[in-house]
Amino acid sequence: MTMTALLIPVVVLLMLALVVGALLGVAANKAHTEDTALVARIDALLPQTQCGQCGNPGCKPYAQAIAAGAPINRCPPGGAATIAALARLLGVQTLPLDPTHGSESIRKVAFIREAECIGCTKCIQACPVDAILGSAKHMHTVIESECTGCDLCVEPCPVDCIDMLPAQSALQRWHWPLPNQRMPGIALIASDRTHGAPA
Amino acid sequence: MSASPRLWNFPGGIAPLAHKAESLRGPIRRTTLPPQLIVPLTQPGHVAPNVLVQTGERVRKGQILACGDDATGVTVHAPAAGVINAIGEQSVANMSALPELCVIIDTDAAETTWDKLPPLDYRTADADTLIARIADCGISGLGGAGFPTHAKLRAALRKIDIVIVNAAECEPWITADEALLRERAADVVAGSKILLQLTGALRCLIGIEDSKPQAVAALQAAVDDPRLKVVVFPARYPSGAEAQLIYTLTGKEMPSGTRPVHNGILCHNVGTVYAIARAVLHGEALLSRIVTITGGAVSDAANYEASIGTPISFLLQQSGFDERSLSQLVCGGSLMGIALPHAQLPVAKTTNCVIAATRSELPPPQPEQACIRCGDCADVCPVQLVPQQLYWFARSQQFDQARANHLNDCIECGACAWVCPSHIPLVQYYRAAKAELAEQDTKQQHAVHWRQRFEAHQHRMALEQAQAEQRRAERAALAAQKQEQAVKAGPSPQDIVAAALARVQAKKAAQAAAKPSSDDDNGASS
Repeated sequence: MTMTALLIPVVVLLMLALVVGALLGVAANKAHTEDTALVARIDALLPQTQCGQCGNPGCKPYAQAIAAGAPINRCPPGGAATIAALARLLGVQTLPLDPTHGSESIRKVAFIREAECIGCTKCIQACPVDAILGSAKHMHTVIESECTGCDLCVEPCPVDCIDMLPAQSALQRWHWPLPNQRMPGIALIASDRTHGAPA
Repeated sequence: MSASPRLWNFPGGIAPLAHKAESLRGPIRRTTLPPQLIVPLTQPGHVAPNVLVQTGERVRKGQILACGDDATGVTVHAPAAGVINAIGEQSVANMSALPELCVIIDTDAAETTWDKLPPLDYRTADADTLIARIADCGISGLGGAGFPTHAKLRAALRKIDIVIVNAAECEPWITADEALLRERAADVVAGSKILLQLTGALRCLIGIEDSKPQAVAALQAAVDDPRLKVVVFPARYPSGAEAQLIYTLTGKEMPSGTRPVHNGILCHNVGTVYAIARAVLHGEALLSRIVTITGGAVSDAANYEASIGTPISFLLQQSGFDERSLSQLVCGGSLMGIALPHAQLPVAKTTNCVIAATRSELPPPQPEQACIRCGDCADVCPVQLVPQQLYWFARSQQFDQARANHLNDCIECGACAWVCPSHIPLVQYYRAAKAELAEQDTKQQHAVHWRQRFEAHQHRMALEQAQAEQRRAERAALAAQKQEQAVKAGPSPQDIVAAALARVQAKKAAQAAAKPSSDDDNGASS
């Protein structure tokens, strides 16, 4: 009598464990396919310059690395905005950009000083988005609208005829900044200022 | 005069002091030609045009200085005859205070002949001819935005039901449109008829505030076509904003993200319509515009017909400018205008008003204080947004949230900042946040494009490698096959010859090797 009373819950618990275990197993399998979806979602937040500054050969590999646990602050072209977006997606703390991977700067495009180009095609092979036009022993040029500014063509050039130039003029880049909050020297209360009170 | 038509009331709005009487005391004045004109070549938000003249070149009045290199470029003409002094970057009246490309002309007052195009009969000309003429005359929106008129008209080459002429001019201080209507209403009416002809619309509404009775009277006297109707509505800021005006006149609301032309409505400012009439009927390019010079720091406020490129200081001098009483120099109205650093800036096609304000008229901005959530801004917002919420999102840089709360529908009228008891520069927050959103959108577009390019590149590289490998494999297979065939077919004639030669060689070598050894043998045996 006491034996059966003990056995019933044990058996029930065992059955439960089996069912839950099977469910968890299936869920783990599902989660495994979920991983590629996560990589795609991370990849969608990266700037796609394919520059490799993060230490991975392209944006998708970095997305895979992040999905596998790499830090999210290694993308200088994306900068703070990308880090914030990644942090929001992954539910982790935002971090400042890792300075060992570069610093955030304005968007640039490659420019070939065409008179100096010897037509070696090395930059064409380096370009990850086929933005350089030219053929062997003929002058090359960068298709400006396609250039990601990844910098990868600069190093292979044997005659150093490639410059990285700002993609937009200062006028095109300009936009209103957020107003300065808490400017030093400004009193919090307007009447304070008219009475000459120190800030 | 017809029975008063039905009007619709847009939400919100404010009633600031109009300050319009000061500059409407006399007629529009024509100025003498300034010794130097600084003609801006860039239009807000559009690509730098192709400059067609060189430094030192003599230009005639009306000669083309520069033209755009795409469909949205605006042609720029020489407003007066003279010699090109320089082509370079100059400070202009823009928000960024960054220099823009300008042509400086040393004017020649003696030379007054004007290169005009032949007049067109708009009743017989087709839409393309009319639009081409408007493009050739370099007309851009004179109400303030400066959007190329020909581009707007080209976008309107679809079903347009109503043409609306915006004569509201609701912003304080500005009277350029009102002065124009008082004196030249006939040309505005002619321009409206050209727009009707061009678009095939059935009616044209000229919307004007009831605070301008003289202009209304002039318009009503000039209207000679049953399709045209002058609609007078109560003055309230911002009744002249495009969407608000359309709602007031027609009751139609523009869905978020669409332009009036997508909804069958074409809306143009009066000044633009006047310029269209001059371009079509008289072949005149846009070389001058009406500019209001007003404010407490000028003793003689007035409207001037000023050549594009006239230095603002030149106009201020003619109005009795007293620099000592100046507190702020503003280009545009007091609500949406931009503060100018100095008066050595040129009149551009979009410059409708310059306010030389005293301290009491436009006091320096008060320090920003904390938002107290009073909700006054939400009451006056003509777009029914929640300005305080947008402010919090912009301030904390939650730009996605700002977008979700329809920040991009904000028309930047400044009504919220005008009523804000905490003196928060709300519009600047919105402009910064909007710019940030636009930048994010561009980055996103780039990312999508680049990912596509990168994947195509990857695909091509993989394909090339696979093809190379396949070729290599094919070559190897071919070689193996050949060898196999060679084995099967037995030795070829060449092989037989080669083998025979080899045998001969081997024999010779053996003999050569055997000879000395046999000598040795002989020697040994002898």
